[in-house]
Amino acid sequence: MSSDGVNNERRRFLIAATSAVGAVGVGFAAVPFLASWQPSARAQAIGAPVEVNVSKLKEGQILKVQWRGQTIGVLKRSESMLSHLPEVDTHLRDPSSADSEQPGYATNEARALKPEFLVVNMHCTHLGCIPQVIPQVGAQPFDADWKGGFYCPCHKSKFDLSGRVYTGVPAPTNLKVPPYSFVDDQTLVIGIDPEGTA
Amino acid sequence: MARTEGKVAQQANALLDWVDDRLPVKSFWDDHLAKYYAPKNFNFWYYMGSLALLVLVMQILTGIFLTMHYKPTAEEAFASVEYIMRDVDWGWLIRYMHSTGASFFFIVVYLHMFRALLYGSYRKPRELLWVFGMLIYLLLMAEAFMGYVLPWGQMSYWGAQVIINLFGAIPAIGEPLVEWIRGDYFISDATLNRFFALHVIALPVALLGLVVLHLTALHETGSNNPDGIEIKKLKDENGVPLDGIPFHPYYTVKDIFGCAMFLLVFAFVIFFWPEAGGLFLEHDNFVPADPLVTPEHIKPVWYFTPYYAILKAVPDKLMGVVLMGVSVMILFLLPWLDRSPVKSIRYKGAWFKILLALFTVAFIRLGMLGMAEGTVAQTWETRWWTFVYFAFFICLFFFSKNGKTKPVPERVTH
Repeated sequence: MSSDGVNNERRRFLIAATSAVGAVGVGFAAVPFLASWQPSARAQAIGAPVEVNVSKLKEGQILKVQWRGQTIGVLKRSESMLSHLPEVDTHLRDPSSADSEQPGYATNEARALKPEFLVVNMHCTHLGCIPQVIPQVGAQPFDADWKGGFYCPCHKSKFDLSGRVYTGVPAPTNLKVPPYSFVDDQTLVIGIDPEGTA
Repeated sequence: MARTEGKVAQQANALLDWVDDRLPVKSFWDDHLAKYYAPKNFNFWYYMGSLALLVLVMQILTGIFLTMHYKPTAEEAFASVEYIMRDVDWGWLIRYMHSTGASFFFIVVYLHMFRALLYGSYRKPRELLWVFGMLIYLLLMAEAFMGYVLPWGQMSYWGAQVIINLFGAIPAIGEPLVEWIRGDYFISDATLNRFFALHVIALPVALLGLVVLHLTALHETGSNNPDGIEIKKLKDENGVPLDGIPFHPYYTVKDIFGCAMFLLVFAFVIFFWPEAGGLFLEHDNFVPADPLVTPEHIKPVWYFTPYYAILKAVPDKLMGVVLMGVSVMILFLLPWLDRSPVKSIRYKGAWFKILLALFTVAFIRLGMLGMAEGTVAQTWETRWWTFVYFAFFICLFFFSKNGKTKPVPERVTH
């Protein structure tokens, strides 16, 4: 092949231009394949946030809903229940929730956005059983000085009314708090952080 | 009689010529077997390459047959593996060959890599050979991890949970990345399905491609040997290395013997000890995956535990992930960290023997600690061996250049 009369500059430009167009094409073609790995429409529908109306919830009552395959409990707490919280601090493994999983806005003594509503993942952090809610204060077979809280029948883990774990039980950390926010005073959404906190 | 035989042979030769004009059969045979000259002083360590190839073929073969009965859905996966084990004729054998084969793959590969450390097989001009080998090792880890998820037992599920969540430690993009890998908001059917696709198609294809590159690079430079000297420097009048022998028949026969011995051990383990007391198949993985119940003690299979120990030794999640990543990736740099004028341990001074011994102990001890419960004392021991692990590479870089060496002979020794 003769290379007489070859315009090298034009040849280099054409090679570069062709490569660039090809690379852009590959980039666009990759998008559908990469995007196909995102949670599908079905997975998104199943994992969608759950709205909970708490207007009919009485003090000491718990409402259980399913969210992303987990049981989430919404417990309404009275003033007196909240006032008992600091009393048990010395019996807790992680009273300030430093080693536990909860959103930043729930890292407080009440472990909640609004102290009267505790929103908590009901699965025991030990082996995933669902603890019972025993909100009333008074002697129980498993604790003579019970201040109210959660009791797991599987392996006797105890949590206070903020889902904080007691010492001397198998569960390692406090019950988890899922992300949630209030749409209005009586409706909360599990799965969406409050605006401006995420 | 003799006439007909001669005729048959003639026709066979004619057919071979016909094919050879259209496909380079003879030159391939000569270039890679009959006239490919390998050093004549290979020892035990040089079995591992061919054994790795043998295990790869076995894994592909048994994998194909497992795919014929396995169901890659969260609903059916666990039951279909038990179905293979109990109801499919010889299914138990094929499954145990595959699951035990995975562990044997890593045994062989670790010994293969150790051989490179002993004799400096990664040194110039074999840097790319080593890099391709490291890429094979990385892909093999991904392949093994995804394969372990497929039976959808408790350890499959929670192991996947732990490993995928490691990506969550990456700042900013961590959480979306984890969601993208899972394809759902928790480890689910979508995750299992894509891991299946990667395990049976994508990664094996990539692995085979890398094996071709690894062998092409090997045959370009020729094998290193226990003396770490280049046999191509001294050739006879025909251009054949004085210390070289043709790969076929000498090393084909040697490797067939190695394969037979390997299969003897392999068969024994498959028949009498397929789970290796929880090392090859963990007890928790005989319980179906349950997203709501976490096993008490989550640990990876033995071949990942040295790196898992390093992850656990660091109190900070991101730093732990970074250090674990570095502990694997630093191996890529070996060809450039070792600056000794000689390749083989035979002609390196005591400094290298001590370093390598410490490194070996560190790796094995980290592997043991990675499986342990993680008491306070164990965590401190893990930190010590993590330090030794990394110190090996740093010391190698600084000591190798001026470290004591012995004179290297012209010709290979026996």
